[in-house]
Amino acid sequence: MAHVADKSKEQSRTDYLIEEYGYDDHFHEHDHGDKYKSGFINHYIFSQDHKMIAKQFLITGMIWAIIAAFMSIIFRMQLGFPETSMAWVKPLLGKWITLNDEGFGVLSPDFYYALVTIHGTILVFFVLTAGLSGTFSNLLIPLQVGARDMASPFMNMLSYWFFFMAGLVMFISLFVGTGPFSGGWVAYPPLSALPEASMGSGVGMTLWLVSLTLFVVSVLLGGINYITTVLNLRTKGMGMWRMPLTIWAFFLTAIIGLLSFPVVVSGFLLLMADRILGTSFYLNEIFVGGHALEYAGGSPILYQHLFWFLGHPEVYIIILPSMGLVSEVLSVHSRKPIFGYKAMVFSMMAIGFLSFIVWAHHMFMSGINPFIANFFVVFTLIIAVPSAVKVFNWITTIFRGSIRYNSASMFAVGFVSMFISGGLTGIYLGNSTIDIQMHDTYFVVAHFHIVMGVAAFFGMFAGIYHWFPKMYGRFMNETLGKIHFWGTMIGAYCIFWPMHYLGIAGVPRRYYSFDVFQTFAHFSTMNKFITVAAILTFFVQILFVVNFFRSIWKGRKVTERNPWKANTLEWTTPIHAGHGNWPGKLPTVQRWAYDYYNNEDGTDFNPQIEPLKEGEADIH
Amino acid sequence: MANHSVADHDTEHYDPNSAWGGGERPFRASYGKLMMWYFLLSDAFTFGGFLIAYGALRFSSPSWPLPDAVFATGPFNNFGFGDSTHLPLVFVTIMSFLLIISSVTMVRAVQEGHRENKNGVVFWMLMTVLGGLGFLSCQAWEWNNLISKEHLTIGTDPFGTHTMAGVYLDDEGKETDEVFKVGTPYLIHKLHSGHGAEGQAGHVEMHEGGAEHQPAAHHEEEAAAMPPGDYPGFVLDEQMFKHRKFKVTEGAFANSIQSEQFGPKAFGGLFFFITGFHGFHVFSGVVFLLIILINAASGVYVKRKNGYEMVEKIGLYWHFVDLVWVFVFLVFYLL
Repeated sequence: MAHVADKSKEQSRTDYLIEEYGYDDHFHEHDHGDKYKSGFINHYIFSQDHKMIAKQFLITGMIWAIIAAFMSIIFRMQLGFPETSMAWVKPLLGKWITLNDEGFGVLSPDFYYALVTIHGTILVFFVLTAGLSGTFSNLLIPLQVGARDMASPFMNMLSYWFFFMAGLVMFISLFVGTGPFSGGWVAYPPLSALPEASMGSGVGMTLWLVSLTLFVVSVLLGGINYITTVLNLRTKGMGMWRMPLTIWAFFLTAIIGLLSFPVVVSGFLLLMADRILGTSFYLNEIFVGGHALEYAGGSPILYQHLFWFLGHPEVYIIILPSMGLVSEVLSVHSRKPIFGYKAMVFSMMAIGFLSFIVWAHHMFMSGINPFIANFFVVFTLIIAVPSAVKVFNWITTIFRGSIRYNSASMFAVGFVSMFISGGLTGIYLGNSTIDIQMHDTYFVVAHFHIVMGVAAFFGMFAGIYHWFPKMYGRFMNETLGKIHFWGTMIGAYCIFWPMHYLGIAGVPRRYYSFDVFQTFAHFSTMNKFITVAAILTFFVQILFVVNFFRSIWKGRKVTERNPWKANTLEWTTPIHAGHGNWPGKLPTVQRWAYDYYNNEDGTDFNPQIEPLKEGEADIH
Repeated sequence: MANHSVADHDTEHYDPNSAWGGGERPFRASYGKLMMWYFLLSDAFTFGGFLIAYGALRFSSPSWPLPDAVFATGPFNNFGFGDSTHLPLVFVTIMSFLLIISSVTMVRAVQEGHRENKNGVVFWMLMTVLGGLGFLSCQAWEWNNLISKEHLTIGTDPFGTHTMAGVYLDDEGKETDEVFKVGTPYLIHKLHSGHGAEGQAGHVEMHEGGAEHQPAAHHEEEAAAMPPGDYPGFVLDEQMFKHRKFKVTEGAFANSIQSEQFGPKAFGGLFFFITGFHGFHVFSGVVFLLIILINAASGVYVKRKNGYEMVEKIGLYWHFVDLVWVFVFLVFYLL
């Protein structure tokens, strides 16, 4: 029973510290408890509580992730087993599967392109931007900086509902007669600008643009809130250099998003004008069926510049939150201070800054001036420096730590592995000369899936396993979690590692079929292998979804406020915190977020609310 | 204070009284004002995207209409000087002045807000609204003039610039004494289609560079009689634009007969899109100003903890819209 006694001792210590050092903002006098809990609609649907909004982002993101992953299964089937009938998805895809007399089903090539396009769009924007940064920025920023809620809870709610509407419009676009947009997630004109260019370029593209414009509104409403909350609403004592790295990551992510998304909006609006009003911003002389169209003087490259000015920072919008989550998870679960805290922050700043001056490395093959390309090569390669600093710091953080092997920490380590593997191929692709060979091949697909797809997902999983007790007051199942980890880790490498070989051999991405290319015939076995791995990995993710939803209601209950023995403020709130997070006073911060070391009383952590001991320095 | 003992242990790394130390607003700005600043920052990037698109398209175009020639008219028969008077940029100067002066009145409204003077706030906000409406009205007139009189649309740009020196031909194909140099602007006139579809659209005179000065009535007669086609002195296209012919007098194409070509398509598209986007900002600004004006007038801000901060926030937005106009004005009207 000594353990129980410790537990209650620790909780009463927390209560004592908040009561003794806390800051009384007279929360009760003007909030009268949790007024948002009153009705179902205000509590679960139009909630203004950041914790509920975080859950809304997370679950919406998960639904989108399942849809997008299922899409990838269908097109992987086409790539791996083109000789196998696709009749089994006919009930779902309807007219996009054509059956011949023998009942053999063939996936429509138009729909294949739509699948890869929407797979990319959904995962990049809806899952890894909204689902990741939307979820964890919302959940953790107020909790970890010691705020009652976001600066503007109302705008925060709007942010979610704009995201929801964006998703709704995109979902509707899946069902229009000509199919969703099919010109690649980057939506380059003329495929995206001429409604008659391809099947998806008509209504599908219009809906795509509407959806993404709504999405940008959501990102901006959220981002403005995150930045302002971090700047203005930190509790007493929470200096910038005492913030957990998660907060630094979300803060910098929001700044990057705030400066890059508006530019793609201008790109999208000009594209809409080209489509609807008939302007020629992106269209030059074009001949369709031998007839010249009316357009003149526009530049498709202009769109690429405007798009990639968002598009490149976007990959850091995706990866930075994961970096923050992983830093926190690794430090907590190896019971060691994060190594090189300030180096971590400065690296993220450097990555954020550099992300704005490398966008044209996506356009080496678009005919940009080779001398200008050199500029972008140099800065692209320089990003390897802060990235390497971060990797070094993660490894040294867990080095000789008392590591807890649980799902969260394993996914965090998996993130580091993925980030290294995918990051190294980035150095190849960043060279404009090598890019001539690699551009638009499976090498690129492998690179970005590993470094920003899988790695970001690993960070997200680490975050979900780690903060699930805070979100739902229960733990996720550890056994299923470990199966999920190993299945995903091995599965992801099996899917994407072979793609490097395909890419080096010149196999182009986005092709419906390789039947006519004799050169690629011997890759059919490899393609089968990738497809099998993808299907297995998909089922492992289903295991995660089952674990997630089962644990919400049936998971092992959290019995103490701070189950991971972490330092940050979110673990000083009640297990089921109401709107306003702390029932009484706001805690004040006395120290840095990473004081993990052995104390005289046998504990190995010092919560941020714990005053500095006699003679103890405020380390960072 | 309870945490004195804590502060004693702090090292030089952490100053609990610093503005950045937590529990403080580092920029001494409320979260609402801070949010407005960040929104404006993002909006600046949207406009930045448009202006970069403008630059990219303009500099990839071989020629660009001359602002002095495009924006050379004003309402009321060119301010009473007669339609043939060339008054470049006078109208847009008035329009810009209205917007800039409305920023000054906005500053006064904010100042009265700090003084908690309700009537002052209402008066100066009303002045600001009037300035904004004045600007919008001017823009409406200008758009109407460009579209229905000069036939500049997002798809067609009748404002061209000569890239070669030459001499115009008259309707019979004979050389006239209208000589022009490289860089001389011209406007391709649209003839009335005969069955009155064009309504009362008049015709705008161009002086600089010796462009034509034919009375509007003459065009109508012509148009009734002439189908589109290639005539000795001009080319009449499907849309009844009369492209005058000229003889090149210098350079590699000397002595060849050519006709006036439309200016770059991008000009019309960019002009209407960017000034339209800015106009939309002004319009929404006027709407927000009106809402806040009504709130202020009905005393909503009298008892508020943060007083007239809403006026200050909309003021930030209004100044931003003004600042953007300075750049829009620069690229379309001056460069």
